[in-house]
Amino acid sequence: MFRARHDTPPEDGVTVTIDGHDVTVPPDTSVAAAALLAGLDHVRTTPVSGTPRAPYCMMGICFDCLMEIDGVPNRQACLEIVRPGMTVRRQDGARSLGAAP
Amino acid sequence: MKTEWDVVVIGAGPAGLTAATEAAGLGLDTLVVDEQPAPGGQIYRSVEAVHTRRTKDAALLGPDYGHGLDLVRRFRDANIPYWPETGVWQVTEDGELGITRAGEAGLLKARRIIAAAGAQERPVPIPGWTLPGVMGAGGAQVLFKSAGMIPRGRTVIAGTGPLVLLVAGQLSDAGAEIAAVLDTVTQADYHMAAGHLFSALKASDYVLKGLAMMVKLRRRGIPVHAGVRAVSVTGSDRAAGVAYTDPKGTTHSLAADTVLLHDGVVPSTQLTRQLDCTHGWHHTQRYWYPVTDAWGTTSCETLAVAGDCAGITGAKAAEASGRLAALDTATRLGRLSAVNRERRAMALLAFQRRHTAVRPLLDQLYQPRLSLPAGTPDDTILCRCEEVTAGAIRAAVADGCLGPNQLKAFTRCGMGPCQGRMCGLSVAELIAAERRVPVMQVGYYRIRPPIKPVTLGALAAMAPTAPAPPDPLDT
Ligand SMILES: Cc1cc2nc3c(=O)[nH]c(=O)nc-3n(C[C@H](O)[C@@H](O)[C@H](O)COP(=O)(O)OP(=O)(O)OC[C@H]3O[C@@H](n4cnc5c(N)ncnc54)[C@H](O)[C@@H]3O)c2cc1C
Ligand code: FES
Repeated sequence: MFRARHDTPPEDGVTVTIDGHDVTVPPDTSVAAAALLAGLDHVRTTPVSGTPRAPYCMMGICFDCLMEIDGVPNRQACLEIVRPGMTVRRQDGARSLGAAP
Repeated sequence: MKTEWDVVVIGAGPAGLTAATEAAGLGLDTLVVDEQPAPGGQIYRSVEAVHTRRTKDAALLGPDYGHGLDLVRRFRDANIPYWPETGVWQVTEDGELGITRAGEAGLLKARRIIAAAGAQERPVPIPGWTLPGVMGAGGAQVLFKSAGMIPRGRTVIAGTGPLVLLVAGQLSDAGAEIAAVLDTVTQADYHMAAGHLFSALKASDYVLKGLAMMVKLRRRGIPVHAGVRAVSVTGSDRAAGVAYTDPKGTTHSLAADTVLLHDGVVPSTQLTRQLDCTHGWHHTQRYWYPVTDAWGTTSCETLAVAGDCAGITGAKAAEASGRLAALDTATRLGRLSAVNRERRAMALLAFQRRHTAVRPLLDQLYQPRLSLPAGTPDDTILCRCEEVTAGAIRAAVADGCLGPNQLKAFTRCGMGPCQGRMCGLSVAELIAAERRVPVMQVGYYRIRPPIKPVTLGALAAMAPTAPAPPDPLDT
């Protein structure tokens, strides 16, 4: 869906694992941007009908970027900045927001 | 964590940065919080990183973007306490703020709060807008500014507003394939808007920039189709194209890998709604704004608003309004005499007038069209979170539903995690259209804190004096 204009060499970037794929991105990239760069077409499916959704607003408004980040579900991936070694997963369904322990 | 401040400024965009710099300069103990990782707000997003590490992108974004660097530097030089990645989930009349920072919740106390929360893109509920491959044009611009990313493949931009041409030009400069721009502005709109041309000439640089953007797209050979209607995104699992009707009524379709929608920006009113401030309705641009005095004070005196969250006037006017709110705050807190407040305000008000002179023209020319739900097909989703369609809302109105709050009980519309940010405007418009009453009469969702997600764990770990806010879904 999106591509980076410039490649980020591993030594300059942050490497995270998204749905099993390693991707290296510039240090202050959001998880949602990294997910798009990793080639994910959608980042979650909806709890109501199970249809796929992708980040829409990129600024914390739409909540269509909810992903599981380091084991915590319902994180707004567009507001979370990548950290080395982060593990991110696509989120299927899961309605309750903020119910993480 | 220091918890008591004279002023807490919410937002580090142009309005928040200038408000904080002015307030601190007047001796007020000032804190800036912003949920983004770096200062700049939406217009100057990532401006420091772009100018230090991605200078090629800086050249593409141009001098208007570069201006943000001056604002940010002035702010940094003043050494004002600034907490990035800090979201505000509640403000109270007493000046209390609920925040989350690094996964933890906390409470702050301010003698005055200046909300400079900015704007959001107006949601554009057209058929297919929930498909992957569809994004806000501003959202795509965020990806470019913050991560140097551009859409892959054929990209169609549809809607209206100054940002449509700007983003089309920027992404094209950056190497994206802009297959077409579908603009809803008609010839008649140009004639109507011409009535405001005289006042707009006080800010003729805006008009000239707009024309330059059109010329640039034309030179690139990017087709700009004007006066389009009935835009829809086609595709089953993801966007595959766009269909639209031209002014003659002929239907066209275009293949597209990415579809960017935009129908103007609207004030972010979540904070002022949560405090139950009085709001007005902007009739041309069709959005809610908090009613304020000339200094930005809302109907709740503890809270002032500045910048686009007070009404869309653009980034330059936001700088003036931030400083005006800070001056008034200093007077209220006994740091500046009313006479001196007025004296300092004169130049700011003149600057603000100059930069808002173009607004009547822009507001008239770029009226939202795609997002107006009167003609929206029944099976189109309005509430993305709970997947409530226009048809379901029409049925609820037929069954006696009078407004957005009642609609929650009828349909769950507006009860998902976005708390109505993506459907509130269109729902109010649709109910008003169905009931044939003014939108003001229909009203808006009642917004309860927390307005940003706070985990139960974070709340439990908070100081025991803190009242536990109700669950966002429990409305
Ligand atoms: C996506 C987008 C892109 C835009 N791009 C341009 C452009 O290129 N050129 C242009 O002229 N105009 C642009 N605009 C219009 C924009 O509104 C500008 O006029 C300008 O950014 C407004 O400045 P501001 O200070 O009022 O708000 P903003 O710059 O929007 O700053 C508001 C800040 O408040 C923060 N914030 C909001 N709520 C909270 C909260 N609850 N807790 C913590 N922090 C919070 C946000 O993170 C943000 O950084 C854009 C608008 C949007 C929505
Ligand atoms: S993309 Fe909209 S909230 Fe993250």
